[in-house]
Amino acid sequence: MSKINLSDFKLGLFAFIAWMRKFLGRHRPAAVGFVLLSLVVGVALFGPLFVGDAMEVHQHVDGEQGMGLLTWQHPLGLDKQGYGVFTRLVYGARTTTLVALAATLLSLVLGSLTGAVAGFAGGWVDAILMRLVDLAMSLPGFLLALVMVAIFREQPALEAYQFEVVIFAVGFVGAPLFARQVRAEVLRVQSQEFVAAAMALGYRPGRILFRHVLPNSIGPIIVLGTLGMGTAILDVAGLNFLGLGGDPYEVPEWGLTLAQGWQDRPLANTQVAAAGICIFISVLGFNLLGDGLKDELDPRSRRGTVQL
Amino acid sequence: MLFAAALLAFLMVYLLPGDATAVLLGKQWTPDRAEALRIELGLNDSVFAQFGRFIEGVVLHGDFGRSSATNQPVAEELASRLPATIELALAAMIIATIGGVLIGVWTAIKPRSWRDMLGLTGALAGVSVPIFLLGFLAIAAFSTGGWFDFSAAEHFGAGGEESFFPLPQSGRYSLNLYPLEEFVAQHPKATGFYLHDTLFVAESWAAFWDVLRHLILPALVLATVPMAIITRITRASVGEALMQDYIRTARAKGLSRRTIVFKHALRNASIPIVTTAGSQLGYLLGGAVLTETIFQWPGMGRYMVTAVENQDVRPLQACILIAATAFLCVNFLVDASYALLDPRVRRSGKVKAA
Repeated sequence: MSKINLSDFKLGLFAFIAWMRKFLGRHRPAAVGFVLLSLVVGVALFGPLFVGDAMEVHQHVDGEQGMGLLTWQHPLGLDKQGYGVFTRLVYGARTTTLVALAATLLSLVLGSLTGAVAGFAGGWVDAILMRLVDLAMSLPGFLLALVMVAIFREQPALEAYQFEVVIFAVGFVGAPLFARQVRAEVLRVQSQEFVAAAMALGYRPGRILFRHVLPNSIGPIIVLGTLGMGTAILDVAGLNFLGLGGDPYEVPEWGLTLAQGWQDRPLANTQVAAAGICIFISVLGFNLLGDGLKDELDPRSRRGTVQL
Repeated sequence: MLFAAALLAFLMVYLLPGDATAVLLGKQWTPDRAEALRIELGLNDSVFAQFGRFIEGVVLHGDFGRSSATNQPVAEELASRLPATIELALAAMIIATIGGVLIGVWTAIKPRSWRDMLGLTGALAGVSVPIFLLGFLAIAAFSTGGWFDFSAAEHFGAGGEESFFPLPQSGRYSLNLYPLEEFVAQHPKATGFYLHDTLFVAESWAAFWDVLRHLILPALVLATVPMAIITRITRASVGEALMQDYIRTARAKGLSRRTIVFKHALRNASIPIVTTAGSQLGYLLGGAVLTETIFQWPGMGRYMVTAVENQDVRPLQACILIAATAFLCVNFLVDASYALLDPRVRRSGKVKAA
């Protein structure tokens, strides 16, 4: 019963909730991850209602010395520009979640399409696409993203969209993993009778892909997506840390907040640590949940082999 | 594969906007001079001709072109940075492999115990932690004025240079104490690997100790993620090996626990571990961008960031090529090591389904 497919979602929210409860009851680490993520998403959704304006500049108590000063109004002090660090982090939850979601969705769509085309077409198309995937995976993803940002951030047309360039690069770099997985799934499902039947009925490849193949391989894709969210958050934060993202004063994002505090380190230690812990918690949440889902959904790791 | 990487690196220049002549000539730019420079550099030739020249330069002469920011040959600039990155990567991988395998085995022999939970949670946390948080903690804890800085405390006496803490937090050596860079440039036997150079060429313990102290923090921080990954794969593969029949046989023969775990289980589990460690090393050799930035380590990662900031394409090209080459070389060595680890490979020439 643990297999998840699209019909579960069609059964409705309640069936999904029931499935989640069963799954989380069995997997303690995943439950911890779920709690952490609920916290992050909760803050992202409702936090900004309670903490005031992220762009509001407050007066430093004593010049720049106000940076490390913790008060009730600003539990984590003010940053160099006079923004409340706590307020910025709460807004940052929203930015970071959305950014990771956007990047992961991009990887998912791009990777799934590449993998599906490669799997369906076979032959030289498959060979070329998969060599490209191999090439992309022979470099550390972060390095590749860095180079992509370097290429695109100075394009005159993209001057105003530096932050979006980072998202695009991170999303693009995450795609090969999905491509490999989806291709393997396509090859696996393709040999099954219902796909043969669909082909015999003369359905177009697009329809077979979206109606037959993808719904039957949703499990591994969800696992990859969950783990990919964690990687995306780390990569985006890393690029922002290097100063290649947007303007730290315009965008309240955790990596930017951290990078900004890094400049004034002994004074802004609280800011750096707080932003770092925020990133850590959300990535840990995604990894815990993703790992649990992998145990649950991946047929290879289920019962019989290793008991983790 | 390498050819494809070269093509990718080459195309980067094409995709990069702006006029190369504008960067090179700077304020002296005039249309005539630019045109002359274009002809000199061959920028008016076809894409294929330029690609051919690029490959020829790299393969035959080790020539990566000149950095437009410093106007130095990239190959020369890399000569000092490559050893820095390799030294750091090797140090980190040694820590990661030893630590990861030990923790992995330690958790695998008692599955579903508290230590198993602890190890796995720790490994997951190790994969999730942003490297700059670790770097920040390491610097906050161990560097001057940090939590472990006892040199200032009166009751600890002298402190300073002789004491172990505080650890230095930036660079590869104390610039004011040991002029290592000039030393390496002048000495024919020096390699740029400072641990080697100080000990065997300069034969100075003090300098060696200084270099080692600089290496500790970056290597530890860089080792975290590979260590977590190696721990997880060791836990999984040793755990699986321990459930096989030959383990029961070995136990029935009355062999000691240690022999069973390290000689039988670990050896049989070694192929996935070596594969994982190899790909991690391959990634690290491409330059640890964030760690090198945090600790101001003058390696390839830092070089790349500087190049990105300066819109300097040649260094990026070279770094991408080197990273891909390193990854391929390491993977080749890993493949070759299968034969050492698994007698079956020696006979049949390929790995049986693992």
